Amino acid sequence: MKTISEINEKIKRGQAVVVTAEEILDIVKEKGIARAAREVDVVTTGTFGPMCSSGAYLNVGHSKPRIKLGGGRVYLNDVPAYTGFAAVDLMIGCTALPDDDPKNRAHPGEFIYGGGHVIEELVAGKDIRLVATAYGTDCYPRKKLETLINLKDINEAVLFNPRNAYQNYNVAVNLSDKTIYTYMGVLKPKLGNANYCSAGQLSPLLNDPLYKSVGIGTRIFLGGGTGYVVWQGTQHNPGVPRTEGGVPRKPAGTLAVIGDLKLMKPQWLRGVSMQGYGATLAVGIGLPIPIVSEEVLRYTTVTDADILAPIVDYSETYPQRKPDSLGEVSYAQLKTGKIKVQGKEVPTASLSSYPRAVEIAQTLKRWIKQGEFTLTEAVAPLPGVESGITFKNLEDRPIVE
Amino acid sequence: MAVSKRIVLHFPPRLVNRPIVYRLVKDYDLEFNILKASISPEEEGLLVLELRGNRQEYEKGIEFLARTGIKVQPLSQDITRDEDRCTHCGACVTICPAGAFVLNPATRVVSFDNEKCIACGICIAACPPRAMKVQF
Ligand code: SF4
Ligand code: SF4
Repeated sequence: MKTISEINEKIKRGQAVVVTAEEILDIVKEKGIARAAREVDVVTTGTFGPMCSSGAYLNVGHSKPRIKLGGGRVYLNDVPAYTGFAAVDLMIGCTALPDDDPKNRAHPGEFIYGGGHVIEELVAGKDIRLVATAYGTDCYPRKKLETLINLKDINEAVLFNPRNAYQNYNVAVNLSDKTIYTYMGVLKPKLGNANYCSAGQLSPLLNDPLYKSVGIGTRIFLGGGTGYVVWQGTQHNPGVPRTEGGVPRKPAGTLAVIGDLKLMKPQWLRGVSMQGYGATLAVGIGLPIPIVSEEVLRYTTVTDADILAPIVDYSETYPQRKPDSLGEVSYAQLKTGKIKVQGKEVPTASLSSYPRAVEIAQTLKRWIKQGEFTLTEAVAPLPGVESGITFKNLEDRPIVE
Repeated sequence: MAVSKRIVLHFPPRLVNRPIVYRLVKDYDLEFNILKASISPEEEGLLVLELRGNRQEYEKGIEFLARTGIKVQPLSQDITRDEDRCTHCGACVTICPAGAFVLNPATRVVSFDNEKCIACGICIAACPPRAMKVQF
């Protein structure tokens, strides 16, 4: 079989055979696993959907006279940024909201503008209003700053997302008799609709279900530029029940990713508003899978019919952290536009964009074919099933003074 | 035969203070429901109405409005999609009561059929990237 460095040699010569996780299905049908594994060098994947654990850190440079933003207050287009770092390092999270946003006071709130929108506008090259107050020190005397900043002028702008690319997710429904507004979208009463959020057979971690390929240091498509996997994402939960093919039947693995915001594109980092829930960021991610064994290839042949997701009620079960599920459905069923829940036919909709996922997988394929993107050996693996990681809940304890 | 339609009326400044809607009720026996009303800084008035009544009377009422100098538009024309912002996620497909969004089963691309839209406005806030816009 091939090694990653052999595949990289082929990429540099412009001879690598690269296909998407959709295209590989027909190839394997035609040629069989063994031959396809010899002939195909890389399978590309993609996903584009709202990912709330996303943000960016910036170093905005030093003003004259200097100001210590660290420990002070900073707003970017009225959205508060985190300042608990050195003098001019900031972090903006995608769910942050302006102090005067009405939020859910008039339910459902609109959440028209938040941190995700700031990130989108920053990446689009627009000027961003920075308004800061600080306490002033001998070396950083200034106490107020109001200025415009622009991506091209600041020192660093780095997208750093603690949790992206969820491996599988719940299908959300509403059993109650009123409409509810959730991070899974608007859910109509009495099983009025069912929302899901995964690219299914194109989704990065569903094509590498046991993390045989992806690891710390893996280079990926991130937000229209290149990025890296830096760690397992928060809530990484490899130990969930799986199908025979290793595909998790519940939300499982996640990735923490990083990349240079200056090389990304607003088309792939889009500020979005979840009515009644909040603002967030839709992120585009694509993972290349080097075909170094038949086993790795076999995992990429996963189809929507092989991936099962739990149906969860978001009116009672989810908010009250109850364990019950209303059953399981496959993505193939979800994509027909309707599923059966409790004997009722329920129309389905997605929050994750499949056409955009295809575009990401195709873009990554093009980059690799043209020799612009080479593959990386993982520096360390992500914790797998054997890690024994379990998902912990917060059990509150009374604070005794 | 009875009809019920949602329409947008644009009042030029000179008509803003005239009791036009009252005439629709009195002269043409139409029932109405005001969905939205506003006056712009230029004093142009805007009224979104649901208008119900006998079909012939309804037509006459609309003619009367046009004669007085009011611009009448069916409401559906006022909802548009910003194609640059739409990510084709599909979240709107089950939300729209009129079936104005159609998902291509092969490409998963979501098309918007303006003709079917009844301008209920539900998709405006439900579309995560806010691609749906009301144009007045
Ligand atoms: S919800 Fe908005 S972004 Fe998604 S498909 Fe509909 S119009 Fe496009
Ligand atoms: S305004 Fe109402 S009818 Fe028109 S597309 Fe949106 S949800 Fe459908």
